[in-house]
Amino acid sequence: MAAVRVEEVLAAAAQEQHRPRSVQVEKELELEFDLGNLLALDPNPPPAAALRGAGPRRESQLRALARDNAQLLAARLWELPAERADGAAGPLVARLPEPAFRLPREKPPPRPRPPTRWEQFARLKGIRRRKRTSLVWDEQAKEWRRRWGYRRAGGDPARAWLAEVPAGADPEEDQLAKLRRAKRERVARNELNRLRNLARAHRSAAAAPLHPTGHQSRQELGLVARVARVSTASLGRFQPRLPKEPAEPPSRDGGKKRRFGPLLGDLAAERGRQLELLRGMSSKKPALDITRAVNKQLREEDAEAAAAKGKKRAQRGKRGRRQQQRPGKRSGGGGKKGGAARRQQQRPAGGGGRRKKA
Amino acid sequence: MGTHRSEQCRALTASEDGSDVTFSCSIGENIQLLVDRPDGTYCFRLHRDRVYYVSEKLLKGAASIPRDSLVALGTCFGKFTKTQKFRLSVTALDFLAPYAKYKVWVKPGSEQSFLYGNHVLKSGLGRITENTAQYQGVVVYSMADIPLGFGVAAKSTQDCRKVDPMAIVVFHQADVGEYVRSEDTLT
Repeated sequence: MAAVRVEEVLAAAAQEQHRPRSVQVEKELELEFDLGNLLALDPNPPPAAALRGAGPRRESQLRALARDNAQLLAARLWELPAERADGAAGPLVARLPEPAFRLPREKPPPRPRPPTRWEQFARLKGIRRRKRTSLVWDEQAKEWRRRWGYRRAGGDPARAWLAEVPAGADPEEDQLAKLRRAKRERVARNELNRLRNLARAHRSAAAAPLHPTGHQSRQELGLVARVARVSTASLGRFQPRLPKEPAEPPSRDGGKKRRFGPLLGDLAAERGRQLELLRGMSSKKPALDITRAVNKQLREEDAEAAAAKGKKRAQRGKRGRRQQQRPGKRSGGGGKKGGAARRQQQRPAGGGGRRKKA
Repeated sequence: MGTHRSEQCRALTASEDGSDVTFSCSIGENIQLLVDRPDGTYCFRLHRDRVYYVSEKLLKGAASIPRDSLVALGTCFGKFTKTQKFRLSVTALDFLAPYAKYKVWVKPGSEQSFLYGNHVLKSGLGRITENTAQYQGVVVYSMADIPLGFGVAAKSTQDCRKVDPMAIVVFHQADVGEYVRSEDTLT
């Protein structure tokens, strides 16, 4: 039995090898191609089995789908105008058209950098950039040479063998050394200015929130003003206050954020507190938290009032609202009387409770 | 001594108080007798993440020792681990054992095993207090009513009856054998 099966398998495999694989693909709807991005979009709905849960059948279906679509894309690519890359022996290369889909940016666009010192000065003075020619006529060599760089006009400065001593200079001074030193200084100065411009650009980016924009809230401005006051050498100790600025209240804990009980404080009170804690833990029923109960009550009342107001508004409409303004006030006052008595009882405790929570 | 530094000796904050008293409370409700003693004022102090039970007299003396030089004071009840969980230590046994509400008695054969730091198996379980909940803190006793250490009940009393002999019924937490084993590290 096993031997027969093996033969069958081998025969089938041999047949498979010889049969040519088809390049024909049948699709209901045509695919959309964006050859510039090597993209093929298949608008056909996928076979139902491919959508249902994982399994070998789903895998094979998806694989077949992928193969078919890849076949179609490859067929299209082969239709493009092709050429040989490096002459006759090079690989066959297809010229792709411009991509149709514009892919979005991966990262946000760069921020415009602040102008450098020179740019600021130039803008102020109205100096505009004059385009220079890249080649200069070299009289010595009688040809156009580049302005700077390899084979520049005016000869290689490193091979200058003569440096004249100018009229008023010290005859013992080494002029070539002076030239070299001057060049080094120029390079260093340029580098320094470049770094300074860079630092300025970074600095302004970091300190942006501290400049008034016109869209800042009162709290933000207050915070910024506080930061600005403290940013002095004495950390704001001798900084005069603005006319209407309130005095800074001294912080309760003197800069410390966590405070602990005293080591040898009132031990009797501590004992009392611990016993209270233990009693609370050992008792079975949950303790009533006054603060939470009061806040919950107030929230419910506010929600009721808001719901009632919203319903009234929806019913009456614009004109009705204006007409109903006065009677509405009266009824609101009357309605509140009943709640006010209830509230007043709880307000002192509730107010205190709320403050504690905040 | 009130400033916040990693080695400060300070009173427990409410949350710390709660967590370590809760743990002790899992031992029993009579813990208030530790706090409310007729023969003096005792309190808990936190020093270098360890909780010490000190008398007022001793505390006043310890207050004059520099913070960095102070190793321990009074009796160490346990420590707060890195993740702020409270772990009872064996040095609290003499104080907490009399007030234990949930007790577990261990057979003579597996006493030794517990004292070496192993958990208590069903086969070594002698008696267990009725109504012990699962994960309840318990005090482990020998059959002669000598307290051996602390543990946590792995199974409630009902489950203990049904489970097979090789199952763990009490997780080991601290035992008196640590006095010998961890002699150097006990405070």
